[in-house]
Amino acid sequence: MSAVTDLLQQVVEGLGSGAVYASLALALVLIHRFTGIVNFAQGELAMLSTYVAWQLVASGMPFWLALPVTLAVSFAGGMLVERIVIRPVQGAPELTVVIVTVGLFIFVNALAGLIWSFTVKDFPRQFPDGGLDLAGVRVDWSTLGILGVVAVVMGLLYLLFQHTSSGLVMRAVACNPSSARLSGIRVGRVLMLGWGLAATVGAVSGVLVAPVLFLEPNMMGGVLIYAFAAATLGGFDSPVGAVVGGLIVGVAETLTGAYVDVIGADLKVGVPLMIILAVLLVRPQGLFGRAAVVRA
Amino acid sequence: MHKTTALRAAAAATAALLTATACSTQRGQDAPDTAAGGACKGQHTTGITDDTIELGGIYPLSGPASAYGTISKGVAAYFEYVNDKGGIDGRKVRFIVRDDGYQPPKAVEEARRLVEQEKVFAVFQTLGTPSTAAVWDYLDKQKVPQPFVATGASVWGTDDKHPWTIGWQPNYVAEARVYAKYLTDAKPKARVAVLYQNDDFGKDLLGGFEKAVAGSGVKVVAKESYEVTDPSVSAQMASLSRSKADVLLDVTTPKFGSQALAADARNTKWNPLHIVNNVASSAAVLKPVGFEHVQGVVSATYFKDPADPHWADDPAMKTYLKAMHEHAPDTDPANQFNAYGWAVAASLHRALDSMKCPTREGLRDAVRNLKDVKVGLLLPGVTLSTGHGDAFPIETMQLMRFKGERWQLFGKPVDTRKEFGPLTN
Repeated sequence: MSAVTDLLQQVVEGLGSGAVYASLALALVLIHRFTGIVNFAQGELAMLSTYVAWQLVASGMPFWLALPVTLAVSFAGGMLVERIVIRPVQGAPELTVVIVTVGLFIFVNALAGLIWSFTVKDFPRQFPDGGLDLAGVRVDWSTLGILGVVAVVMGLLYLLFQHTSSGLVMRAVACNPSSARLSGIRVGRVLMLGWGLAATVGAVSGVLVAPVLFLEPNMMGGVLIYAFAAATLGGFDSPVGAVVGGLIVGVAETLTGAYVDVIGADLKVGVPLMIILAVLLVRPQGLFGRAAVVRA
Repeated sequence: MHKTTALRAAAAATAALLTATACSTQRGQDAPDTAAGGACKGQHTTGITDDTIELGGIYPLSGPASAYGTISKGVAAYFEYVNDKGGIDGRKVRFIVRDDGYQPPKAVEEARRLVEQEKVFAVFQTLGTPSTAAVWDYLDKQKVPQPFVATGASVWGTDDKHPWTIGWQPNYVAEARVYAKYLTDAKPKARVAVLYQNDDFGKDLLGGFEKAVAGSGVKVVAKESYEVTDPSVSAQMASLSRSKADVLLDVTTPKFGSQALAADARNTKWNPLHIVNNVASSAAVLKPVGFEHVQGVVSATYFKDPADPHWADDPAMKTYLKAMHEHAPDTDPANQFNAYGWAVAASLHRALDSMKCPTREGLRDAVRNLKDVKVGLLLPGVTLSTGHGDAFPIETMQLMRFKGERWQLFGKPVDTRKEFGPLTN
């Protein structure tokens, strides 16, 4: 294998992990657009949804039927979480809400462990084994499949944000809840919708990555850090940014791990943190994000 | 992650020290039980009478390592089976199980409760390197035996400051030596790529392997580590594949083991001989990958797999299955952790039988003076041996290869002490 195909192979591996990060980053972006908060529990909710799908399949339901059922359950579950856990602290400082989501993270993780134990579960593969061979570079079907689904979800979110009235409504709620309420928007409902949709997108992410990462309660914990880096890099309010950010983080992480000896695999985990720090210093709104403007 | 563990261990150790001082003041008022006369005079008899022995075990019944918790059920079933048959030398065993959730500070708390409130004779067992390391200073100070800890770290045998603590299963260095022996014999020019977990466990096994192959034709040509917080090891596997090594030594814990096996199966251009370490060799790791993807993978073991029909007519296995059915009807006897628990409890039984004095000192000395002790569920050729300069009960393992839907043993059991000499620091 020549050095060039070797490099390209590493890039493809990077895109594969990047697609995983992007899928969860989309859910983070979605909930941020709706509610203005950063949800630390997003990954764990996605993991919980994946267990729901696993349980349905394990009890004999065909996968392609279990998937829509899982998405519906996740949507309802997300709304329920907003109503029960988040609503009581609505109006409290943002930090309070963020800390509640951290608590939710720990609770959901422990709950999944209690119900399904910490042993690795056998999750059905949606994409066939094997892959393409492009001039010596191997591309797995699963990588292509994940990238494809992520692109579709990104497109749908873009349409939702830019071309629907609910996109406008949620921007109003996230921007200024009291003004939104005064102009007749039912803020509580919008927030519930936001949590429900984000949980659904998270469920897609969990189901997509489970065959690659293997399902157990800590499956999404590591992914979340990279998804944060992706969303920060791309801009927390842009679905396109989340995906581009995710791919950049994935490729950067893989290449530094493989070619920069000082970093190697040991310090690879530092790459997303460096990206977060650099973005916040240089361009806090991210590559595709819109800077927050405060009226004087 | 590693840092937090170190911090936790430090915190736990401090807590243990504080407790130890607190206790020694209490001890003054409350004279310890000692043996009355003869050669055993003055030795400690807390937790042991003419008809009972109290043992306390600390296992992760909850939390991320809770899959190992079922070991306690195998142990409990063994003691119930023995009690039904009249106990150990006429003494009925009372086995108290506590949960530490795989958290060292909780392990310290439970160890204190077992020693000071339940007044157990010995702490049998603690599970996991972090929890065991967190309590061994305390138990050493209290002079409470901590026999047969459920962890493969080599430090339990190489350390000379904790005479009350001893391991049981083959340590990670011994396991590494088995793979080294196999490769130097079967593939003397092997070029080895290593994937390892970046902590004490991974480094223990990797270091042991590098030492064991030093000077031979087998060379480690690539090494990649991962953190337990990493989402996946696919990037590491991609890097390793560039080395074009013909052997992959896979030193991982269960989830990462599944990921590495799957990544190896996906990569059709790189087909190394895949050696997966014992920790990640259970069916629970291999099944999610798909049995068709793990054919020919090599690992090593030392006790009989209850799921293997090869042992169906083995008398020890029959006794085990029957007793599990009777005393632990809710647990799966085919789970190898239960068999592990049974085998380690049977080993303790042998050690208790061989005590010169029925005292804590007696047990401490007995586990360090085992001579080729046979235990039914251990593989033929695997026995318990300890003595002066040897604090590693089991140092023999046998290789196995995955074929069809299960592991098949091959080759002869490898006595690593005989092949490589005693393991020192």
